[in-house]
Amino acid sequence: MIPEIGHFALILALSLAVCQSVLPLVGAHRDNTALMSVARSTSFGQFFFVAVSFGCLIWAFVNDDFSVLYVAKNSQLLLPTPYKVSAVWSAHEGSLLMWILILTIWTAAVAKFSSGIPLKLIARVIGVLGLLSVGFLLFALLTSNPFERLIPAAIDGADLNPLLQDPGLAIHPPILYIGYVGFSVAFAFAIAAMIGGDLDQNWARWTRPWTTVAWLFLTIGIALGSWWAYYELGWGGWWFWDPVENASFMPWLIGTALIHSLAVTERRGLFKSWTLLLAITAFSLSLLGTFLVRSGIIVSVHAFATDPTRGFFILTFLAIVVIGALVLYAWRAPALDSTVGFSLLSRETFLLLNNVLLVIATILVLLGTLAPLIVEMLNGGKISIGAPWFEIAFLVPMIPLVLLLGLGMHTAWRKQNSGPWMRLFRLPVIAAVIIGVVLPLMFYGRVSLMLIIGCSAAAWIVISSLIQPVRSLRRKEGVAGITRSALGMSIAHLGVGLFVIGVTITSAFGVESDRAMRIGETLEVAGLQFEFRELREVQGPNYTAIEGVLEVRDGGEFIGTVRPQKRQYLVQKNWMTEAGIHPTWNKDLFVALGDQIGDGIWSVRIQYKPLIRFIWIGAFIMAMGGLVTVTDRRYQTAVK
Amino acid sequence: MKQLLSMLALAFLSTSVIAIDSGRAFDDPDLQARYERLIAEVRCVTCQNQNIKDSSAFIAADLRREIRRMMGEGLSNDQIADFLVTRYGDFALYRPRYTGKTLVLWIAPFLLVFFGGIAIARVVRHRMTLPVGEVSDESGPAQ
Amino acid sequence: MNRYLLPLIAVIVMIPILVLGLGSDPSKLPSQYIGKSAPNFSLPMLTDPSRTMSTADLRGQVSLVNIWATWCVGCRVEHGFLMDLADSNTIPIYAINWRDNRLDALKFLSQLGNPYAASGFDGDGRVGIDWGVYGAPETFLINSEGMVVYRFTGPLNRTLWEQEFVPRIAELAN
Repeated sequence: MIPEIGHFALILALSLAVCQSVLPLVGAHRDNTALMSVARSTSFGQFFFVAVSFGCLIWAFVNDDFSVLYVAKNSQLLLPTPYKVSAVWSAHEGSLLMWILILTIWTAAVAKFSSGIPLKLIARVIGVLGLLSVGFLLFALLTSNPFERLIPAAIDGADLNPLLQDPGLAIHPPILYIGYVGFSVAFAFAIAAMIGGDLDQNWARWTRPWTTVAWLFLTIGIALGSWWAYYELGWGGWWFWDPVENASFMPWLIGTALIHSLAVTERRGLFKSWTLLLAITAFSLSLLGTFLVRSGIIVSVHAFATDPTRGFFILTFLAIVVIGALVLYAWRAPALDSTVGFSLLSRETFLLLNNVLLVIATILVLLGTLAPLIVEMLNGGKISIGAPWFEIAFLVPMIPLVLLLGLGMHTAWRKQNSGPWMRLFRLPVIAAVIIGVVLPLMFYGRVSLMLIIGCSAAAWIVISSLIQPVRSLRRKEGVAGITRSALGMSIAHLGVGLFVIGVTITSAFGVESDRAMRIGETLEVAGLQFEFRELREVQGPNYTAIEGVLEVRDGGEFIGTVRPQKRQYLVQKNWMTEAGIHPTWNKDLFVALGDQIGDGIWSVRIQYKPLIRFIWIGAFIMAMGGLVTVTDRRYQTAVK
Repeated sequence: MKQLLSMLALAFLSTSVIAIDSGRAFDDPDLQARYERLIAEVRCVTCQNQNIKDSSAFIAADLRREIRRMMGEGLSNDQIADFLVTRYGDFALYRPRYTGKTLVLWIAPFLLVFFGGIAIARVVRHRMTLPVGEVSDESGPAQ
Repeated sequence: MNRYLLPLIAVIVMIPILVLGLGSDPSKLPSQYIGKSAPNFSLPMLTDPSRTMSTADLRGQVSLVNIWATWCVGCRVEHGFLMDLADSNTIPIYAINWRDNRLDALKFLSQLGNPYAASGFDGDGRVGIDWGVYGAPETFLINSEGMVVYRFTGPLNRTLWEQEFVPRIAELAN
């Protein structure tokens, strides 16, 4: 019964979504207040029904209803309850429903927190979001119904993939989707502005907080995914340039350009067509990502097991949305050209550079991801493009960007006098270069040109980010003297600096060692002693495991114990490697068990990863910076 | 067809069990480092987007063995790449070759930055001719 | 007006690429030897290790080379069809027993029947790699000069045989 309610709720949601899109858009066209007001109420209604539907699906999982096909495929009686819940979004149908739910949440939020925004604009924004809902609801109801029945019902399910039975992986999709889907709001604002034919600084001010919140969730979502891959997949890597990873990274890059472009539009009314295009592109890339992951078009361990028919549906939807938006753009954008200017040395120039470099990076990632397809289409056979290419290609626009970042932050709008500007940077640049040389040398024993560039750049960003906060702290008014906006910017950029330092140091100084170890033996890696104490059997709720216990010492000093495991899950019978990690703020010690190669002899992978935590801490701080900027009073349009 | 292929794949799909050689391949640290870099760039031809360094599929182990043998025989990285391409095509290399159809890929970043630079120069030059305008209603960081 | 159309044009160009991608199977690898001579090999025969099977055996007639192993589920599935094919005497089927245990393989053949004219034992997989094998079962169609005409990956059955192999074999006969 409950699954049928869930199914029916979706149908109701669809009819509300149709009302939500058609009526307000018509109303805005005809200046009909009654029709426009329908927007808000229908969006709340749609949210309610989708939430009911999602609730029904959770109910089905938690109550082990194996008469629902989706539950039977992805759950199992012995699965711990939290994972029964996260199993809801572990595969295509359920995660699609979650996408729709999050879209309705964003829409309802826009409806609620927009009292300061003109009705006509909001009606159009909610109308466009409604159209997106219609598309996705149709997709779900026609091709991907999570409530499809399995008759006769299964006695037990096929189990959730053990890889997904992990807290990090459980929350990664929801947070990622909040970001992904959140760009639909900026998209809707852009479309609404283009339909209306006008886009001004107020529009930018209203759009900015929504975009920043989406961006910060996407930042956290990607960081979570990277961290999860690191500790769960057993190889010690944190980014593989896998097509699915790239699919989430591209919207992030464009989203970053978008929030910066919005700043220029808000401040000076410039870059309007840039901002529009970026808003369209960010969400289009979200849609493209959805397509890539679910269509079966790429090979990836992350890809959802689904099929080309669904892929075709998403592609059609993607084409309609993007082509429609770009036609509007080609029509409206030319009229948006403004007639103000800026001088060569100005913040506008730096932000233009920022936009262009981020767009170049995105094009390169897209190129690397799609090139194998293109080459195959041109009958060039199958090629692979992996980390070796991506790493180099990505650095080409990124190194200049990272260096310019520190400069742009402190450059005045319109026209910056070069004298005081250069004086401001003299000390920080010198300090950065010194740190760039000293840090690797003193703490890790080695320098090289690439290392100096990487560490100096990171130090440069960190120092530059701190200039403003430190200055205002020294002044009498303390923290009050700096706007939330500026503080948030400093924090976010500080996060970038930490990220860069983490990447540079861990890539340069990480040590990896594959060895055969006998129980009782001690191996030395990166100056630390790893003693293989014992091997024991461990019982988990739905798995059994062999656990190795290794103790780590530095000289005689005890540092910690790591417990790498090899688990066998009871239903799927897969063997999973769970790495044993000893994390500290400045390094991770990472041990993974391989195979038993003799009596009491096991192959073991030991890794030393200096400053690797800075990668995710940096990303998290970036997101926090975004959060701080959103709290700036000038964005509180809800408070009226 | 897809089902048949997944049956195929089931035969030796790596299931998040990592691949660890049971010891150092080479005593010479330079050779060992070169070996590790190389196997990170060779694609496991049966896996879902993994290199042969991380994959536990037996074909990955076989390929690692062949590479160790070739390195022991003194073959260069290019010759090893040729060996793999002859048998599996460019698909087996994660680092696209520097010639032919993939040359464009290696030039692309520099081309894009070059044209991006030109575009920026044109825009900035244009904007420099326009009036800088009045102070907008927003207050920003004091600078 | 022109430059504002660029994004639209870029997207319109990209869509066909994605559509085409939908049509192709990303996990299938084309063989590098199509139109080229089959790679040289020489393997001890499975049934009698003192004798060898080599590239020379493939010359002189159109033949199949089947890559199989006892651990391979698909091989078990296609075995029945291979037996039928062998019985019909249409085409000689050679085999490379890939990365297998010799005793297990012999037992398999004695229990389920041996459709092969000769089976080479490739214990360490070296020859498999030389042939660009990336999964089992695979079946190669070789012409009388020892050139690879076609490679099929996956278990064979009558329908697929008629679809993929029969037309190609007919072409070779001309």
